[in-house]
Amino acid sequence: MTAAGWRAARVEPAAYDTVVIGAGLAGLTAALRLAEAGQRVAVLAKGVGATHLSPATIDVLGYEDGVVASPAQALPGFASAHPEHPYGRLSVDVIRAALDWFRERLEGHGYRGGLDENMLVPTAVGAAKPTALVPETMAAADLRRGGRFVFVGLRGLKDFYPAYLAGNVTRAQLPGRGSVAARALELAPTLGVQRDLGSLGFAQRFEDAGFRASVVADLRPRLVTGEVVGFPAVLGVGRAREVCQELEARLDHPVFEVPTLPPSIQGQRVFETMTGGLRRAGGRLVVGSAVGEVRTSNGRVEAVLTETAGRPIAYRAGSFVLATGGFASGGLELDASGRISETVFDLPLSGVPAPNEPRLAREYFDDQPISRAGIAVDEKMRAVNGDSEPVYENLHVAGATLAGAVPWREASGNGISLSSGYAAAEAILEVAS
Amino acid sequence: MTEPVRASLDHCVKCTICETFCPYARVTPLFPGPKYVGPQAERYRTGGASPDASVDYCSGCGICTNVCPQGVKIAEINSRARAQLWEERGVPLRNQLIARPSLLGRLGTPVAPLANWTLRNRPLRWIGERTLGVHRKGAVPRFAGRTFQRWARKHVSPPAERTVVYFHNCGTNYYEPSVGRMVVDVLEHNGFHVVVPPQDCCGLPLLSNGNFAAARAYVRRLVANLAPYAREGLPIVANSTSCGLMLKREAREILDVEDEDAVAVSEVMYDLCEFLLLLHEQGELRTDFRPLELTVPYHAPCQQQGHGIGKPALDLFALVPRLQAIELDTDCCGIAGTYGIKKEKYEIGMAVGERLFGLLRESDAEIAACDSETCRWQIEHGSGVHAVHPVEVLHRAYGLQAA
Repeated sequence: MTAAGWRAARVEPAAYDTVVIGAGLAGLTAALRLAEAGQRVAVLAKGVGATHLSPATIDVLGYEDGVVASPAQALPGFASAHPEHPYGRLSVDVIRAALDWFRERLEGHGYRGGLDENMLVPTAVGAAKPTALVPETMAAADLRRGGRFVFVGLRGLKDFYPAYLAGNVTRAQLPGRGSVAARALELAPTLGVQRDLGSLGFAQRFEDAGFRASVVADLRPRLVTGEVVGFPAVLGVGRAREVCQELEARLDHPVFEVPTLPPSIQGQRVFETMTGGLRRAGGRLVVGSAVGEVRTSNGRVEAVLTETAGRPIAYRAGSFVLATGGFASGGLELDASGRISETVFDLPLSGVPAPNEPRLAREYFDDQPISRAGIAVDEKMRAVNGDSEPVYENLHVAGATLAGAVPWREASGNGISLSSGYAAAEAILEVAS
Repeated sequence: MTEPVRASLDHCVKCTICETFCPYARVTPLFPGPKYVGPQAERYRTGGASPDASVDYCSGCGICTNVCPQGVKIAEINSRARAQLWEERGVPLRNQLIARPSLLGRLGTPVAPLANWTLRNRPLRWIGERTLGVHRKGAVPRFAGRTFQRWARKHVSPPAERTVVYFHNCGTNYYEPSVGRMVVDVLEHNGFHVVVPPQDCCGLPLLSNGNFAAARAYVRRLVANLAPYAREGLPIVANSTSCGLMLKREAREILDVEDEDAVAVSEVMYDLCEFLLLLHEQGELRTDFRPLELTVPYHAPCQQQGHGIGKPALDLFALVPRLQAIELDTDCCGIAGTYGIKKEKYEIGMAVGERLFGLLRESDAEIAACDSETCRWQIEHGSGVHAVHPVEVLHRAYGLQAA
């Protein structure tokens, strides 16, 4: 067979039921849900997603003119006040179902909470963050009823400042009459050759019984009766729940984890649990392969092509989920001329500030107008154009690529990713059946 | 350094995802991590001065590049930094020697029994460790005594409507000629005329050991041999995923070998399993597989993952009735070509592979499957489980006669 013959004879490889682009929380949720339902699924990702950069809490809606006490109660009003927001397309029932599904899939991490009440848990810098769902290792962190907290630093762990954290936590605004007392202390565990370790290095040490014993021996005499003990979130890599339970039993104090700066070991646990589930359900994860080209016809996406060694590889599928993230992950791009684009399908954008309006607000954590730019979707999470018509019949969008949210002000990022990924999968399954 | 590789470091946002995935930084403080020795230290490598030698403890597995969400060519930057380090310091004799498999093959093959005895003689291995720096326990293969090339020269591949070119690599030639014969059998069974051109090393071990000049000379010779077939438009298949990746991408990207021959060859290079799966998707793969009552744990080598083709071996195994394939969620086996046999790195490599070895030991599996030859040798050494190329499983399932 000649070269031309060989190439001409080449039909596209692997036809999948669904191809998901992006391996963050939104993409993995859609992929795992579909693979469990029996679909043949491939996840294509330029790299590992934002799971490793964020804590493993599911923040659904934390703020709307102040702290939200109950996302379930606040969501309907929030959705009607912000019809362009992803929650404008996601009913409370769908969000609740997504949370229930997630809690079941992450059973090994013992997730606590739900949509009815937000907890308040300290962030890496000690802000009291409202969140709906936390892993068991963070359950004791709930500040709502106040209490006495001690934050434990580990000498050699970079970017974790327990005194700063404790100072901020004491200033937390609590809903009830409780108050928070907090202090910091530092342990100097023996690290051997290495004098400083990243969070992963410490997480590995915490899986070692000898290391835990030395931590307990150092810490126990320094604790005061009634104190709740906060460690940086490095209490083991995969076995954090057991490590945390063991520390509680041996210290005889409640113990919890405080999120760290990246890499987030808590996020790594979520990634590993979800990709493990995907593997067991027969799904394929291809990381390191960015989608460079797409093939569409008759209003449908036929295939996406990855940029791979030698030549592109085409992935055909019945449905596609775009979950490439926002500006930070490269799903959306702002070029030097000021043009915003969606990087895989060049989809029509929504929420882009008009030319005569400001794109950016002055303060970093302000309500940045440009943050609302993204892809608008219909109730099936399909990308729509300005006339609210689906751009492609079989292209669904989930996660930070969606238009209308300012996640850091709303405390809504993982909630949007989880529930939109789940809703995209449900819509695909509905078509399939 | 060419721009695409070096310039990519500007995309690094220091998210440290690469560091959490690095199997080497996880087990040794001697390797401070891919971000640290790569995008970070690269800024200090100006005027031919390496800031420190820790980059030599990078194995080149490439996992960092794969997981990077920003597209930074971390492993490639580190490969080049390693070459710069050895250019400054002179490549040690050991690295010169173990990076030339075809030279070793030519020396060892005629005296295979003696060479194999030497490689398994403990006092001699101890001397080898002391004098040469090759760890006395490092996983080394057995010389087959007869090369695959010798068999191929005598073998008459039946004429067929379509032709495929087989790049068999040094491991197949000198140590595992039976794997080469199985590749030819399986391709012929699927209606291909198989051409086996004369061929030498692709230069990958030299690249990994920081000797770019010698690596370029090898790969240029090889692509010059293969390019005429590529220009005819014939597909070239490789059973070694690392050597195949060298011709698909690494020679061009890391060594800057961008001549016409290299480009032509890279565009028609296929990993064997990738090729067979493509045939299947065109409806052109024979699926007359006999049921195999077998459970096979499958380990995808790092360089196989570097192809970005998913795990075609698993898709092929799924076509064999009753065959149970288990996808192992392990990353690196710790050999990384020649890394794991070096005196100062052997223990690191074994620690990296321990999770994989443990899973295999517990699995009670009769055999394991893995695409790369050095990884198979390491797996057998570390776990005691016999490791085969996926083609061996397919060969058996087709009911082809073992050579």
